[in-house]
Amino acid sequence: MAYAYSPGLKVLKSTVLRRNRRLPIKGQTLVKIGDKVGAEQVVLKTELPGKADVVNVMSLLGCQPHEVKQFMVKPIGDHVEKGELLAMRAAFFGLFKTRIESPMSGTIESVSDVSGQVVMRGAPVPVDVKAYIDGKVVEADEGEHVTVEVTGSFIQGIFGVGGETYGRIVVASDDPNGVLDENSFTEGMKGAVVVGGSLITYDGLQKAIAVGVNAVVVGGFDDADLKKFLGFDLGVAITGHEELGLTLVLTEGFGQIPMADKTFALLKECEGKNASVNGATQIRAGVMRPEIIVARDEEASMKENEAKLILDIGTRVRVIREPYFGMFGTVTALPAELTKLPTESLARVLDLKFDNGTVATVPRANVEIMATEKDDTQEN
Amino acid sequence: MAENKAPEVILATDCGSTTTKAILIEKRNGSYRLAARGEAPTTVEAPAEDVTRGVINSIAEIEDITKRTFIRDDKLIVPREGDKGADAYISTSSAGGGLQMMVAGVVSQMSTESAARAALGAGAIVIDSLATNDRRRPYERIERIRNLRPDMILLSGGTDGGTVRHVVAQAETIAAADPRPRFGAGYELPVIYAGNAAARPAIEQTLGKKTALQIVDNLRPTLETENLKPARDAIHDLFLEHVMQQAPGYKKLMTWTSAPIMPTPGAVGDIMKLIARRNNIQVVGTDIGGATTDDFSVFRADRNNPESEQVFNRTVSANLGMSYSISNVVASAGLANVLRWVPVMEDERILRNQIRNKMIRPTTIPQNIESLMVEQAICREALRLAFMQHKEMAVGLKGAQKSTSFADAMSQTVKEDTLVDMMGLDIIVGSGGVLSHAPRRNQSALMMIDGFAPEGFTQLAVDSIFMMPHLGVLAQINEDAALEVFEKDCLIYLGTVIAPVGIAPFGKPCMKVKFQGKEYELKSGEIKLLPLGLGEEAEVTVDPTRKFNVGSGYGKAVTKKVKGGVVGLILDARCRPIQLPASQEGRVNLLQIWNKELDIYPEK
Repeated sequence: MAYAYSPGLKVLKSTVLRRNRRLPIKGQTLVKIGDKVGAEQVVLKTELPGKADVVNVMSLLGCQPHEVKQFMVKPIGDHVEKGELLAMRAAFFGLFKTRIESPMSGTIESVSDVSGQVVMRGAPVPVDVKAYIDGKVVEADEGEHVTVEVTGSFIQGIFGVGGETYGRIVVASDDPNGVLDENSFTEGMKGAVVVGGSLITYDGLQKAIAVGVNAVVVGGFDDADLKKFLGFDLGVAITGHEELGLTLVLTEGFGQIPMADKTFALLKECEGKNASVNGATQIRAGVMRPEIIVARDEEASMKENEAKLILDIGTRVRVIREPYFGMFGTVTALPAELTKLPTESLARVLDLKFDNGTVATVPRANVEIMATEKDDTQEN
Repeated sequence: MAENKAPEVILATDCGSTTTKAILIEKRNGSYRLAARGEAPTTVEAPAEDVTRGVINSIAEIEDITKRTFIRDDKLIVPREGDKGADAYISTSSAGGGLQMMVAGVVSQMSTESAARAALGAGAIVIDSLATNDRRRPYERIERIRNLRPDMILLSGGTDGGTVRHVVAQAETIAAADPRPRFGAGYELPVIYAGNAAARPAIEQTLGKKTALQIVDNLRPTLETENLKPARDAIHDLFLEHVMQQAPGYKKLMTWTSAPIMPTPGAVGDIMKLIARRNNIQVVGTDIGGATTDDFSVFRADRNNPESEQVFNRTVSANLGMSYSISNVVASAGLANVLRWVPVMEDERILRNQIRNKMIRPTTIPQNIESLMVEQAICREALRLAFMQHKEMAVGLKGAQKSTSFADAMSQTVKEDTLVDMMGLDIIVGSGGVLSHAPRRNQSALMMIDGFAPEGFTQLAVDSIFMMPHLGVLAQINEDAALEVFEKDCLIYLGTVIAPVGIAPFGKPCMKVKFQGKEYELKSGEIKLLPLGLGEEAEVTVDPTRKFNVGSGYGKAVTKKVKGGVVGLILDARCRPIQLPASQEGRVNLLQIWNKELDIYPEK
């Protein structure tokens, strides 16, 4: 028995999930504990300080910092429109006037005696935080955060782009191997969360955006297509803020990789139900993976964090590195001693029997644990 | 254990962004030696989300090896209880994405540059430098602060008693941005003010209510002096108080350690400085991790004066690393630059997907030779890019305190000349998993030669099991123990590379080498490995053709004693910069010849 190096992504049919909804700064809480909320319901709202700009009035007027206040046309706190007169200095008995116009619409926030600068502040930016999932409010601090709880299905992806969205699940692939292309999307999928199989093509993705699909969940995607889609070569996997027209969640990785049977089967089972989807991914400390959440009126059998970390003989795993990338198998041995790999590196390994009957020795670092049949029973 | 008795059994860990490495150091027969090591994946990710889990797992490996007990109830036994536990436990950390800082000053080449050096020296990643002359509009600076959300800001500017207006203007820009820290919505962003002392009241008024402001001594009190230590200490304190507190499990880890947790780069830098000082040599060190690559160097302030003072510099290349940042290396270098080092034909589309899959599952390791070749090609580019950045930053002023002439201070262009003198460089020390754990030491040697392109005579070494961070922090509590283990167990000497500078077409004569009674003639584009074992020294005479220089000038012969190592003596006639054929077929063929000559990969 050993700890798994990569615990694997969660694919849970029925679990209790909590999602914390938080404002960036203090604001207003619009719900109370016990309230039932819909995913698209606003539960918190606030206003962020508006955009700011700094005008160096002192150097523009050619005066001393402490003189700036006397040349201001309007006092601190007053509103000024873009292009409106902000400060003015007259010279030679009023014959010559130096005029400074406001670079933006906003309020005069401060006038500094030390630097001679004027800080302008634009209109506050309203921020609405939605519930994101269909559920019940279980925590609500005044003006700061709300926790929503739901019982439902939970699927973690490996990588995503695009932020939170919501829609009805439509399965557009017959099986986990199917490829989504431009012919896979129809007008009827507007606002939907479309589930595919092993791959979505770049043209398919463009068609999905064109018909107004909210999210696509699929096994794999080519990295070259991701570069085209984003418009740049993604350096570090910190995503979720992109404005791309839809949210894309990959359940397996890059390239054409069939969606795990269990994931596909669960999404198929959820077809027609509404799903909350978030593509945000952060592969750094405090890792964040993309997710799909479907509220279900069932008794939950497993908590979100009851993940099994134990790697043992009989554990179902998937290989996550070449040369066996994407293959599923069962652990048949966990040798304690270090083993020489074809690269000549020494590593801790495990022996696997793949589903197609072949066997291989694989570094423990290169597998992730999949739920076993026994676990399925427990979840159900 | 008595409070004042030197610890004899010491556990040390380095919590990297990918792997947590543990070592056990013991005093036996009067000397400190490495007794055992263990490692486990770092566990800041879900589901564990507790760095101490990885620490326990790595020390559990030491328990397996030594058949001794160090852990009870998922806690370390410190102090020692008979034969159980250790006298001290210490740790470094680079997990959590490191410390991400913005620096701001008045003039970019003066106070801002000094502030950047203070931040880098403290182990931070500088994500942007703001200056009043950075050619950005105020609103652009404000948007930048808002978007980047640094862990902390270091503000400097103005000499003590000088004008306050400009530095206060920068403070007003920061205040207008109303900055929020990267982690923790509930607390204010730490801002360190290390500028003109006369501006402190105005700075307090501007930033005191909006940020967690800390005021320390000016880091550029006069034009001629730089005093970075107070700012660095403040950064280190705030790192522990604010940033580390946000990383999963660190609160608990901080209660376990016998000395404060150090940022990994700070600890490695300390050890590098010790090597250079004790041996009076010029050193380049690199630590290539999962998320970042840190470069360190110690060079003489005046390359023409062997008596001039040693200057330490450290840079961190954020987002150049071998796991989390692997895709960024490829994006920064360009796929073509990576592919030029891959000695097999690869389908570009498949290769891109493979690299991405490593990024999203960063703890996986290469199982087949082709995967290893690709990772080692990426490593070469990460080393090259990080070292380019280091050369640009290592330009003069010493880390802790430096006096320059008034004339130098006024004409900062003097510092544009990098201190990095490749021809005068004595040794390159590599560390980080990809170099320290390469299956063959010859691979580490060639990766370092290709990445750094050393010139003349240069010794190569690797940190055997990535121990430098541990020894850097150990030096805080027991310098003798750290030095003893460093000399006996840490470095593995690979050998020496001799590389003439110059360019000639492939196949044209490059140099003649007399070594151990034999003469070797190398043509441009060739590389040769000669046996010279660990602990051996030999005299070598290198006679370059008139297009090449090995230290005494073009066409001039040099005779020198060289040191051997586990790889040997490498004669590198591949020109500087290293030349590769333009055609893919020619390039792959030549790489295979080089690899065969240096016995890089197993024969199929």
